[in-house]
Amino acid sequence: MNAVNHMGFIVASYGAAVAVVGALIAWVSVDYHTQRLRLADLEMRGVTRRSAPAQSGPAVEQAKEKA
Amino acid sequence: MAIADLANPTRFLKFANRTIPWLGGLTVLVFAYGIDQAMLAPDDYQQGATVKIMFLHVPSAWLGMLGWGVMSVAALGTLVWRHPLADVAAKAAAPIGAAFTLLCLVTGSLWGRPEWGTYWVWDARLTSELVLLLLYLGVIALWRTVEDPSRAARAAAILTLVGAIDLPIIKFSVDWWNTLHQGASVFRVGGSTIDSSILVPLFIMAAAFTLLFFTLHLAAMRNEILRRRVRTLRLMQASAVS
Repeated sequence: MNAVNHMGFIVASYGAAVAVVGALIAWVSVDYHTQRLRLADLEMRGVTRRSAPAQSGPAVEQAKEKA
Repeated sequence: MAIADLANPTRFLKFANRTIPWLGGLTVLVFAYGIDQAMLAPDDYQQGATVKIMFLHVPSAWLGMLGWGVMSVAALGTLVWRHPLADVAAKAAAPIGAAFTLLCLVTGSLWGRPEWGTYWVWDARLTSELVLLLLYLGVIALWRTVEDPSRAARAAAILTLVGAIDLPIIKFSVDWWNTLHQGASVFRVGGSTIDSSILVPLFIMAAAFTLLFFTLHLAAMRNEILRRRVRTLRLMQASAVS
């Protein structure tokens, strides 16, 4: 087998692997930062879980008033 | 920390935050060593330099199947044991398993063209591997279609367990049918037919890919727990405002 003739297939395979693994890492990283930002935004507006430390905010105050 | 403690999402997040950087670092190191060994491995006496594609193709194939195996165990966790993180684990594993299955099919085609003279043939091994990719896409679509996570989890768990039938079909397809794809050459009765100069780099690359899989899976599970927290908080906010 001539390595030069088949180099394109080998390079394409490793390129595909880099693309797929890179896409997976990018997806996980972007998703993590997106969820962290969304959580921070909600907590900044005073929306927290019951098990989380008590905080004040417009949505929580409204919920308390309703209760 | 006991393993049972990880059933608590908050404790799991702490565990994931501590573990992911170490696991990621170890993955990079093993990959660096594996790629170095793969590039230094000799050409195959029949296939020549194209055997280098095997170091990507075979681990991708194993991880595509491992991903569905993880999802199947998680499906049992959802349906039988009702483990709180089982459906999180299943949902997180699906895109990663699908990506490795896609990589297996792409590298297989690129390997097949110089060796077989064709990118694709509808033989049992290739077709059952394509079915696995379609099953992955079906489960991902199901998760996205059903809005309530617990309902989606049950439906996805049933589809996952039904789809698990494809795993032994993939494994034994080369024995049960006459295929263009070669028979088992690594894990087979009588030992591997691959020379150790190629087999050892293959196992190192497989270890690196497996570490990558579990690093990504842990990170994706962390993301899914955070996504569910966001969903819960938005529902709380909506009910407080209405």
